[in-house]
Amino acid sequence: MKLIREFEERCLEMAIAGEIIGGIHPYIGQEAVAVGVCSNLTERDFITSTHRGHGHVLAKGADPRRLLAELLGTLEGFNKGRGGSMHAADIELGILGANGIVGAGGAIGTGAAWVAKDRGSSDVVISFFGDGAMSQGVLLEAFNLAAIWSLPVLFVCENNMYATSLKVESGLAGNAARRAEGFGLVARTVDGMDVESVASTAGELIERCRENKGPAFLECSTYRFFEHHSILEQLGVGFRDPDEIASWRKRDPILSLGKQLSDAAVAEIDEDVKGKIDEAVDFARNAAPPDPKDALMYLYSGEVAVRPGVIL
Amino acid sequence: MSDLQSVSLPGYVRALNRALHAEMAADDSVFVIGEDVRVGASGVTAGLVPQFGTERVLDTPLSEQSFTSFGTGAAMVGRRPVIEFQISSLLYLVFEQIVNQAHKFSLMTGGQVHVPVTYMVSGSGSRCGWAGQHSDSPYSLLAHAGIKTLVPSRPEDAYGLLRSAVRDPDPVAVFAPSALMEAADVADSGEEEVVPLGEANVLREGDDLTVVAVGQHVGTALEVAESLADQVEVEVIDPRTVYPFDWQRLGKSVNKTGRLVVIDDSNRMCGLGAEIIATAAEEFDLLAPPKRVSRPDGAVIPYALALDQELVSGTERLTKAIRAALM
Ligand SMILES: Cc1ncc(C[n+]2csc(CCOP(=O)(O)OP(=O)(O)O)c2C)c(N)n1
Repeated sequence: MKLIREFEERCLEMAIAGEIIGGIHPYIGQEAVAVGVCSNLTERDFITSTHRGHGHVLAKGADPRRLLAELLGTLEGFNKGRGGSMHAADIELGILGANGIVGAGGAIGTGAAWVAKDRGSSDVVISFFGDGAMSQGVLLEAFNLAAIWSLPVLFVCENNMYATSLKVESGLAGNAARRAEGFGLVARTVDGMDVESVASTAGELIERCRENKGPAFLECSTYRFFEHHSILEQLGVGFRDPDEIASWRKRDPILSLGKQLSDAAVAEIDEDVKGKIDEAVDFARNAAPPDPKDALMYLYSGEVAVRPGVIL
Repeated sequence: MSDLQSVSLPGYVRALNRALHAEMAADDSVFVIGEDVRVGASGVTAGLVPQFGTERVLDTPLSEQSFTSFGTGAAMVGRRPVIEFQISSLLYLVFEQIVNQAHKFSLMTGGQVHVPVTYMVSGSGSRCGWAGQHSDSPYSLLAHAGIKTLVPSRPEDAYGLLRSAVRDPDPVAVFAPSALMEAADVADSGEEEVVPLGEANVLREGDDLTVVAVGQHVGTALEVAESLADQVEVEVIDPRTVYPFDWQRLGKSVNKTGRLVVIDDSNRMCGLGAEIIATAAEEFDLLAPPKRVSRPDGAVIPYALALDQELVSGTERLTKAIRAALM
């Protein structure tokens, strides 16, 4: 969690400074969800992530150096500088990509889950998304498919109470978990600021998936401490009540967990994380940029003669 | 294999069906997914279940968006889905899933994944009497977005191109025109050749004028070329692959004839014909302004037969266009 926090804080600075182009959607405040869920996974399991994906990617075990290198648009990034923040993917680690389209990952994850089941493995897929995604038709279609075919996918809804500026009660009729139950999914709601309860509940649901008992749904009540996107931070535009933010900050999952550890242990973790992030920043800043003449490299798998926009 | 296809399929459909049988037999990672594919409602997937089992032939609920991205997810982790769409217009529902997801993953991940999905569009273009929402030929849209897009005009191409599509490492859309799928007089030769993507076919040679014809209009073009044979030698080119387009073959032809007419089933505005003519104007040696025969701008096909036929071109309009291009 601390690694995600520190990574994100550094990214936020670099985004506001313009070093990370396009900015980021900071995950700060929600770390307990990614870490709690992913603590139950192996390298063979898959995740699909969202526009706010750094936390999921790091919690699945991705190298922070290569993630930052991707955010700086360099060849050392996972995506060789072709994806950036919203598309970060490390396929070898089962990270099937952050996704810039809200709700898109759920159906992709469902397809991967079918393959995992078809292979006879006990691998599972976790699809992360926000409360806003609960209004996307494709995601609801994916619940239906996953349920009728009894696929090993855990849908994780990070209910941070806002979709950009839209409050959850203005965007979501009924209740997220009850909706999922309507599709026959086993659904639970947990305190997403408490990493242990996320980990244990996710663990139970993931175990069910591994035992072939069908898909499940986990709603985590959480909160993002910063604004929707770094541009808003940069402009100083906020949509939320400062008292509300302050009250959630008191429930900071990292502080809560820190209280259970000795000061020395906390200091050691902090030191270790800071070293890793410094190293990532160095690594990413020194990574080579891609060659502009390769701008459409990887568009197709083989040789396709793509004509340039200007033919003289 | 043939005894499994108890229903007698029209030749073009039969060719597609043979291709699916062949690819599924050749590669265990291939599976078919779509609506009513187990019973083979369109004919294209007939007989697959007895041969390959229900695990490789998946009937879906009516959820185009999710099963299209389901295909993407399955492809990303090693399978080769063939997704059948019952209606060409359903592509509008899944533009996001094809264009914005499947197509973009390879580049966006820096080549970490490929998405070898085949989108089998069983029945594009007018079906005479199916009206506005079942009569479009939206291949220009997919080509514009960069999706490899095929429109086979003959059973042997339907067979050979579908096989290539399934083997291709990228998303590929195969448009099977309704007019050809329903044609009772089109026979399947039973040929086994695999046709590579991106190679046009010259179906008739001629020195005076080049006609590029797509899908069911290849037949129209051959008919017109024959009827004008005593006046003009028309060369008929079937691109077969709409994207990537075989510009080299076209250039060779147009540089020889100096005259060009395109006939296809797109709407005029930003349709395939526009691209072919623009490219010819930029790059080839034309002796006269080229012409195109297409649907009108933004056409929506009306129900009444006479109105439907008014908007879908045929021999008469092509003949006129050829005469105009010869001026
Ligand atoms: C389908 C779609 N609509 C709109 C957007 C623009 N957009 C990006 S993030 C976002 C809010 C998403 O809210 P939520 O799903 O709750 O996730 P959160 O940002 O709270 O993590 C919106 C509207 C988008 N990317 N995709």
